[in-house]
Amino acid sequence: MEDLKRFLIEKVLLFESDTLPSATEKVLQQLRRDKTDVPVIHVSSNTSSIIAGSEKTFNAVKTYIEENEPSALAFRVGCSGPANYEPLVCVQVPGKNKLFFRNIIEEKVEPLLNSVFHNDIIEEDLLGQTGSKGFELWPGIAFVNELPFFAHQKRIILGNCGCYDPESIEEYIARGGYSTFVKTIRHYTYEEVCDIIERSGLRGRSGGGYLTGLKWKQALNTSANTRYLICNAKESDPGSFSDRTILESDPHRLLEGMAIAAYAIGASTAILYLKSGSDYARSRMQKAIDMTREYGIIGHNIFSSGYNLDLIIKTEPGAFVCGEETALINSLEGKRGMPQLKPPYPTTSGLAGKPTVINNVETLMNVPMIMKNGPEWFRSIGTEKSPGTKVFAITGHGRMSGVVEVEMGTTLGSVLEHIVDGIKDGKEFKAIQLGGASGSFITPENLDTPVDFDVMKQKGFGMGAGGFVVIDETSCMVDFVRYYMEFIRNESCGKCIPCREGTGRMLEILESVIKKPSSEDSGTTLERFKGVMQLESISTVMKDASLCGLGQTAPNPFVSALKNFREEFEEHIFDRKCRANVCRGLRTFSIDVEKCTGCTVCAGKCPVNAVYGTRLQPFFIVEDKCIGCGICFDVCKFSAVIVK
Amino acid sequence: MAQDLDIIFKKYRQGRREDLIPLLQEIQTDHGYLSEEAIIRVGSHIGLSTTKIYGLATFYDQFRFFPSGRIHIKVCNGTSCFMNGSQALTEKFKDELKISSGQTTRNGNFSFEVVSCMGGCYHGPVIMVKDEYHIHVRPGQLPDLIKKLKYIIEND
Repeated sequence: MEDLKRFLIEKVLLFESDTLPSATEKVLQQLRRDKTDVPVIHVSSNTSSIIAGSEKTFNAVKTYIEENEPSALAFRVGCSGPANYEPLVCVQVPGKNKLFFRNIIEEKVEPLLNSVFHNDIIEEDLLGQTGSKGFELWPGIAFVNELPFFAHQKRIILGNCGCYDPESIEEYIARGGYSTFVKTIRHYTYEEVCDIIERSGLRGRSGGGYLTGLKWKQALNTSANTRYLICNAKESDPGSFSDRTILESDPHRLLEGMAIAAYAIGASTAILYLKSGSDYARSRMQKAIDMTREYGIIGHNIFSSGYNLDLIIKTEPGAFVCGEETALINSLEGKRGMPQLKPPYPTTSGLAGKPTVINNVETLMNVPMIMKNGPEWFRSIGTEKSPGTKVFAITGHGRMSGVVEVEMGTTLGSVLEHIVDGIKDGKEFKAIQLGGASGSFITPENLDTPVDFDVMKQKGFGMGAGGFVVIDETSCMVDFVRYYMEFIRNESCGKCIPCREGTGRMLEILESVIKKPSSEDSGTTLERFKGVMQLESISTVMKDASLCGLGQTAPNPFVSALKNFREEFEEHIFDRKCRANVCRGLRTFSIDVEKCTGCTVCAGKCPVNAVYGTRLQPFFIVEDKCIGCGICFDVCKFSAVIVK
Repeated sequence: MAQDLDIIFKKYRQGRREDLIPLLQEIQTDHGYLSEEAIIRVGSHIGLSTTKIYGLATFYDQFRFFPSGRIHIKVCNGTSCFMNGSQALTEKFKDELKISSGQTTRNGNFSFEVVSCMGGCYHGPVIMVKDEYHIHVRPGQLPDLIKKLKYIIEND
């Protein structure tokens, strides 16, 4: 192990030329397991696949190996993207292409491995093969990178995800990792690095789209004895998990990006700010940091360059607003995470009053690639004003789901059509919710919008952190808006009044729209009508007067839903109807006389005794008593209960 | 218990303000919650008034002030789980356990909380019972699950 470490440092990291001698390359090939003499089995392992049961799969693979193929090796690797194929297993038999299998739960491991080792593949779970030169093809099996899900992606940031064991620094170095950082600190000055990043046109991926190079320069040009770099990995929008996947699948690339960024601004401390509850990501990052320290990649006087860097992990204690820069700094200083008025911006006066640069995970993941391939390479990808790629976390009712990366300029429609592959169960597409709790809805007529900071801003869509929720006709937009508003109301820090009171009031009104009033007299109806009229003016005030981005963007889902789905709101308010049958307060139930057999099950289960009838005769529901809980609908075996 | 606190304090010997949150986090992971005694002791260690610490800790979702139950249940309320019906699960848990989110039953057996995204978006709704994930949970499955858990507690 010590020998390998010395070899990697001397022959790879500190090697001056770009092309390594063939002897070194051979060792690296072994480390990358490009050529193996023994079978290798990879099991995907990140939070999402663990939830799907990948740990059990991995243990089953281990047991199988012990019993049947003692020479074979098994590794946990990161996640390559498709969440609905988890747990994903990749098997490589010596001399042959890698085979990928999907949804391999514990029980499937034995038949699967038996079939591969006996050359009789089970087609059912097969995803495809990946090949490289010098390997034997599996005849008649599709290539994984030709599947629509992968073929329409441009994987730069996610390039390594799912390919290597994230707990092995050796493998990362063998894939060309950390040499860029070492070259950077040995050959470039601070200003040069900032220049390169500025010329590449890299923009912050957290939503604002500010030029990263410019931000770094501002911090570098502020005179101070200490500067800080913070990587904001607090991705707390409900339903976005792209950063978490990156942290768990490719921790070393992120560390390299952080290290280069810290060098560029002359910071000697870099802080990784993690989301609470992401224990798995934390343990992987901690292991990665320990390994880099062991290799001397971070620490004191790194490779005799005179540059010192320390990397620490801090876990956020659970507040959505801490994603905002100034609130984040406050929470790091041991205070309540409340935002402050800007300016001063953190780049001039941030953590402990020192210049601080806060970058998003995705932004930093781009940095090593730009330093390696040059700014022109980066500019050649994507659009002129927004170069590069964008990572989306796709969830919802699409046929495919998971983390994907597309080139800037790709239209949202093409993402939906090719990568997501349409809607599950043949339902009708309704909208895409982009950008989480502060984002907006994108309806079918806007699907030609390209993924581009400026175009989207012009159209009033926020890209946010990359949450991409596919919504079909079974979702109620009013309920959706209420859900986001409830989330924001709970997370509002309470510092400024427009946000604190506005979110509360908006939630109250939205709830009155979807709930059944206790008595439908003129008073409550009038209140409801008045309230809805107020919603629009409240949103305008919140947009204009809130202190931070959370309050300013909180009404976005509502505003865009009202614009695009006005008729749905009106139906809720005037007709008291929910077309998707989601809002429980507005559902009415009745019993189909033809189908009811009088089995009394529904009457027995009804919590308010609203179902009446005689045994073996059709029953009926008293509408005034019914609370719309839907239990009768769930328990009826003859589908005699009708929802309206 | 006092011993544990001393060990944790030793790691943050300087007692700076910025150590406050990591300190509380560590106590919480160790003890499961922040007791009154712990908050007072942290106050004298950092040199801050107890009300300030309590004010800070209540601001953040992570901190609990009551011990969690023998079986702690987490219900995910991320967007994807919400779309697949996690709110019905929350309601069902409230009905079955007779507590609301963040509380513990009086006999100390169960506690449950609603959390934002756990990361299993495709497999929603996701719940976590005693560090074990359950996926694609339907409200109808919960009474049986709770019965099973009660049986486990009784025979423990």
